[in-house]
Amino acid sequence: MTASSPVLDIQGLTVRLPAGADRLNAVEDVSFAVGPGEIVCVVGESGSGKSVTAHSIMGLLPPGQLTPTAGRILLEGDDLLRKSPAALRALRGHRMAMIFQEPMTALNPVMRVGEQIEEVLAIHTRFDAAARRQRVLDVMRSVHLPDVERLIDAYPHQLSGGQRQRIMIAAALVLDPVLLIADEPTTALDVTTQAQILKLIKELQSRRKTGVLFITHDFGVVAEIAHRVVVMQNGRVVEQGRAEDVLRRPRHAYTRMLIRAVPTLTPPQRAPTGQVPIVLEARQLAKTYVIGGFLGRRREVKAAVNVNLAVRRGETLGVVGESGSGKSTVARCIARLIEPSAGAILLEGTDVAKLTTGALRPHRKRVQIVFQDPYRSLNPRRTVGASIIEGPMNFGVPREAALARARELMRLVDLDPDALSRYPHQFSGGQRQRLCIARALALEPEILIADEAVSALDVSVQAQVLQLLDDVRRRFNLALLFITHDLRVAAQVCDRIVVMQNGEIVEEGVTAEIFRNPRHPYTRALFEAAPGRAFAFGAFETD
Amino acid sequence: MSDLLQPRGEAVIAPRDLRGRRGLFARQPLAVLGAAIIVVMALAALGAPLIAPVDPLALDPLRRLRPPSEINWFGTDQFGRDVFSRVVFGARVSLIVGVAVAALSVAIGLAIGLAAGYVHWLDAVVMRVMDGLMAIPGVLLAIALVSLSGASLTTVIVAITVPEVPRVVRLVRSVVLSVREEPYVEAAIAVGTRLPLILVRHVLPNSIPPLIVQATYICASAMLTEAILSFLGAGTPPEIPSWGNMMAEGRLFFPIAPRIVLLPGVALALTILAVNVLGDGLRDRLDPKLAKRM
Repeated sequence: MTASSPVLDIQGLTVRLPAGADRLNAVEDVSFAVGPGEIVCVVGESGSGKSVTAHSIMGLLPPGQLTPTAGRILLEGDDLLRKSPAALRALRGHRMAMIFQEPMTALNPVMRVGEQIEEVLAIHTRFDAAARRQRVLDVMRSVHLPDVERLIDAYPHQLSGGQRQRIMIAAALVLDPVLLIADEPTTALDVTTQAQILKLIKELQSRRKTGVLFITHDFGVVAEIAHRVVVMQNGRVVEQGRAEDVLRRPRHAYTRMLIRAVPTLTPPQRAPTGQVPIVLEARQLAKTYVIGGFLGRRREVKAAVNVNLAVRRGETLGVVGESGSGKSTVARCIARLIEPSAGAILLEGTDVAKLTTGALRPHRKRVQIVFQDPYRSLNPRRTVGASIIEGPMNFGVPREAALARARELMRLVDLDPDALSRYPHQFSGGQRQRLCIARALALEPEILIADEAVSALDVSVQAQVLQLLDDVRRRFNLALLFITHDLRVAAQVCDRIVVMQNGEIVEEGVTAEIFRNPRHPYTRALFEAAPGRAFAFGAFETD
Repeated sequence: MSDLLQPRGEAVIAPRDLRGRRGLFARQPLAVLGAAIIVVMALAALGAPLIAPVDPLALDPLRRLRPPSEINWFGTDQFGRDVFSRVVFGARVSLIVGVAVAALSVAIGLAIGLAAGYVHWLDAVVMRVMDGLMAIPGVLLAIALVSLSGASLTTVIVAITVPEVPRVVRLVRSVVLSVREEPYVEAAIAVGTRLPLILVRHVLPNSIPPLIVQATYICASAMLTEAILSFLGAGTPPEIPSWGNMMAEGRLFFPIAPRIVLLPGVALALTILAVNVLGDGLRDRLDPKLAKRM
């Protein structure tokens, strides 16, 4: 094998979908190659067929549902589609390996992590127990896990998300496969952890000359690690080429659209909000969870500590932080979905933090919230119309009037008013998020909380929903509390930002100011970890 | 933006709906067969007086233990009663007990389970009471109740329902605990919906599918328990023809005329099998996720 011949060569791969799906083939006539020591990123939105491609290579397609009908998948010249299940099994883990998105569910929770790496060796090699353990320790060291002698006997739940993903990578690389398939391996991780994992993958592949097929939806990640890029849409490859070329001089309109939709890390000029009245203020807000008690050891978890923030009318305040920073806890306390343990929540001067359910009711409509998961935010068994008018009818608006208002709101969020009689499953994720915004607006709130409201959406849809949120904020002069983990999104929509870490606010300021000159070390770490920060998206070079 | 105006989901839903109607038998032949058997049994039970050729209680000492004939399709028992008529009338008892126990335990269990799952402070108390109830063996409770209040269909139904309720409560509670964490329930709280409405509108409808499945299993087990109780003499009073009674009374004559015991036994087994198979089909159809968990 010469150095130039590819590790993986996919030629004209077509995978048939089961009858009755919305298109004939999950993947159609897909061709690309991965060379040794090369990172190829397959980018696309949900439904583009990128995961199906990855699973076809590993022979992991659900049998009977997805069947490859044409094409070849050559791993070092061997056609994988013609291999028997036993022959494929021998190759998996040995010559090719895969890491998955969710490191918690991809690891067996009742097996020690060391055993899970060792399993690969036990299946494919004849090393004795001592040699296997030595190999496991070596590979764990090579993925920079600390204190490996102790970690080897730990269970997955005792590790952090980033450590679990390192274990996954260690298990994938322990036999030095020629091909590593990474299916959204950093999507479930925080940005700082993501940056470390990306660095690790880059380092390992350059040292071991592994070919990496990296599936992602995130152009920031692409800019960070890709040598070559394959862009997929609706099961077809629309463009491929060197990362430089695709990112700076995209030829296909879809690629251009995707790259343009990536929010830049440079905050746009925003008019200063000035001295308009404060609508929402949290003072010394705290939430402490008590775990255990009775027989177990009582433990206190401080989810939010001493949080002070204020939002003015017509202003967007971003709350930025990683998972576990307490940003969602603060949002839920303010919406009074959970009881704050201490502190005050002032709605135009009225403290609602300690109001009883009955006394709180009139204030409920003033604060509305849009959640992260568009697939679970609407009751699947009620029409979207019923969901939208539920709020107003709770407050005595007659059904007819509420429905008329709902139709207006549907137009406002760019949906067909006649769709009110449909059920949530008949809408896409982005449409559902619009419905949730309509439901929140139906109560004519003064404060809108968007709790990671665009995080689950594809980047092109995300841009539209962000635009909509900004529109309604302006139109209704809303105070918008924008909870997000995504610095790019925060840069685009927020007037001011508070950064949270471990339940506390560590930095606060005007967006442009914070992005120009972050003071707290944690804020700086967040910025440095943002994938593709060195890359100005959307600034295309014409050729 | 234009593709957002066209609800994309529509194309996806239509074929699935069609499949649901066209190929039901092809996909779940057993469930359809089970449903058919239950329908036949139900019709037999409803139309028993019309179908049964002879009064099931009429004694005829001259025609004892006769083999099957044109008049007595399944022959006669040791008192000269027509076995076929008794089997047909026996379907009434089994189906009444099965349906009544399923309906009652689901109704009671649903109310208690909703309250326990949603109202936090009730949870611990209610669930400990339920644990206590679960520890009572159904057959023992039935024997105690019968000796207290005499044998009757009502006693049997109550005796079987009591130990079934906690199972329903546990199921409902676990479903409610997961449903109440759903963002759409939080959204309902945020738009000011009151607790009873949240339960009825948002939590209840999403808890129903696993409950229907559970109800079929309760129905089957209730029919079986009724037969056991009757067999032990602690169930349906002897003047009502039930499959359990028939087997109990006929067992002494098993060596001479095994059909007196076997035929009601077959009817019972067939009905219970049909209900269980239907339950499995419903589970696959209504709640694939729960099916995997169980």
